[in-house]
Amino acid sequence: MSDSALVFDDVTLGYDSHPVVHHLRGRVERGDCVAVTGPNGAGKSTLLKAINGLMTPLGGRIECGARARRDIAYLPQVAEIDRSFPLSVGDLVAAGAWRHCGIFSAINGTMEARVSQAIGDVGLTGFEQRAIGALSGGQLQRALFARVLVQDAAIILLDEPFTAIDNATTRDLMALIGRWRQEGRTVIAVLHDLDLVREHFPRTLLLARTAVAWGATGEVLTIDNLAAARHMIEAPDPHAPLCPVD
Amino acid sequence: MLYSLLIAPFVEFDFMRRALIGLFALGLGAAPVGVFLMLRRMSLTGDAVAHAILPGVAVGFALAGFSVVAMTVGGLIAGFIVVVVSGIAARSTALNEDATLAAFYLVSLACGVMLVSARGSNVDLLHFLFGHVLALDDPSLLLIAMTNSLSLIVLALFYRPLVIDSVDPQFLSTLSRAGGVAHLVFLAVVVITTVGAIQALGTLLGVAAMILPAVAARFWTRDVNTMVLTAPLFGISANIIGLLVSYHGDSETGPAIVLTQGFAVFLSLMFGRAGGLVPRLLRPRHRVA
Repeated sequence: MSDSALVFDDVTLGYDSHPVVHHLRGRVERGDCVAVTGPNGAGKSTLLKAINGLMTPLGGRIECGARARRDIAYLPQVAEIDRSFPLSVGDLVAAGAWRHCGIFSAINGTMEARVSQAIGDVGLTGFEQRAIGALSGGQLQRALFARVLVQDAAIILLDEPFTAIDNATTRDLMALIGRWRQEGRTVIAVLHDLDLVREHFPRTLLLARTAVAWGATGEVLTIDNLAAARHMIEAPDPHAPLCPVD
Repeated sequence: MLYSLLIAPFVEFDFMRRALIGLFALGLGAAPVGVFLMLRRMSLTGDAVAHAILPGVAVGFALAGFSVVAMTVGGLIAGFIVVVVSGIAARSTALNEDATLAAFYLVSLACGVMLVSARGSNVDLLHFLFGHVLALDDPSLLLIAMTNSLSLIVLALFYRPLVIDSVDPQFLSTLSRAGGVAHLVFLAVVVITTVGAIQALGTLLGVAAMILPAVAARFWTRDVNTMVLTAPLFGISANIIGLLVSYHGDSETGPAIVLTQGFAVFLSLMFGRAGGLVPRLLRPRHRVA
């Protein structure tokens, strides 16, 4: 238990009693780098939201190690960012310091240094004063990665971070994920690019409502498993019987 | 010449000095609130709160006559009730918050006008609807000063969660409950500021002191921090210019002030360097990188 970052104890997640993730069991060890993949509607984003406490399981529970929920950094698939709000890139990234500064404390010199370091690490130096509305999609994604850097969290959840992102940016941001791994952080990323998964993620969860396979990436991403995942029926069945397990 | 235009009215008349102080405080305190009303797309909420306050003020007036304390307490109670009830109605019924607020404020306005005219004269009614900038007594001035100081202080304290919650509510909600708290605190600030603003400009025009300077400032900067500092400059200067215009032109003060603010918005919309029309049409020369 003490070495697990996350334990899924028979977790069922869903909307209006229809499961999207059904009886998921398993654990993510501290420092693991896990890719979550599977067809659309397989419950991947739902799983990340539940880890983050944004939704309550219909059944079972998610244990979050000894860490508090605040020690999770989460980058959603479609960030609900109001890009018309007049905010600078520097201030957006500095929001990552929330856990250290809260509502009232000043952002001190150390924090400021960390913010500008993070902006440099994602290749946005010079953009500090730029309004977030004037960023391209890739630049905004870099800025959001910088915010995750500043958050300095033990567990990092990324939901399709490279959708509509060009190769160069993907490579740069992937390098950051590698760095987090070396620093012993736990990374869970939802990804569709299987080549990327094979290359960078040692472990994979293939999700299609239930866990089709979960383990070492090479053993999970087999032709048979991927075919099984594709056969998941997406639409909820209003006449489906109640699940006998609980 | 300049003296008789700008200084003499205040030297000669006590009511002008009082108006000057009240409008200065109002410009300083209300404009930053307006910036957040605008950026959080809640301009209509400000309007609704101002209208909704009228029946509360009217009940205070009916019970105690022209007592600033009674009318303020009535206004505060009515304002908070409307904010809370419309929030609940929006969450638990099919209507969205916009529609509920619109319904609430129309009913409140009718209700307030009914109450005031039952007890007072048409002059009283005009006082409530358009304010009485040129007849601010000590309690009214004190109220304007207090409400605007309070809203400035509270806004400064909750500035960070308010900004983050406006930009990326989901991000903040994964980290803390501060976003929800900041929203409620902000609604309270709106009610308090409005109660002060209607002393000077009345329930129909009071919101202008918040929204119009914010809209003008929007056209000059793309940074929220600068905007919060710029808006009060627009607010204060438009208030004072409007006051002087109405004095020399012998016209109604409240509308003159709001029209001056409107003129500031128009100028900003035309010439503002952050999205104004003329700079856009002129197509400034671009750099190579």
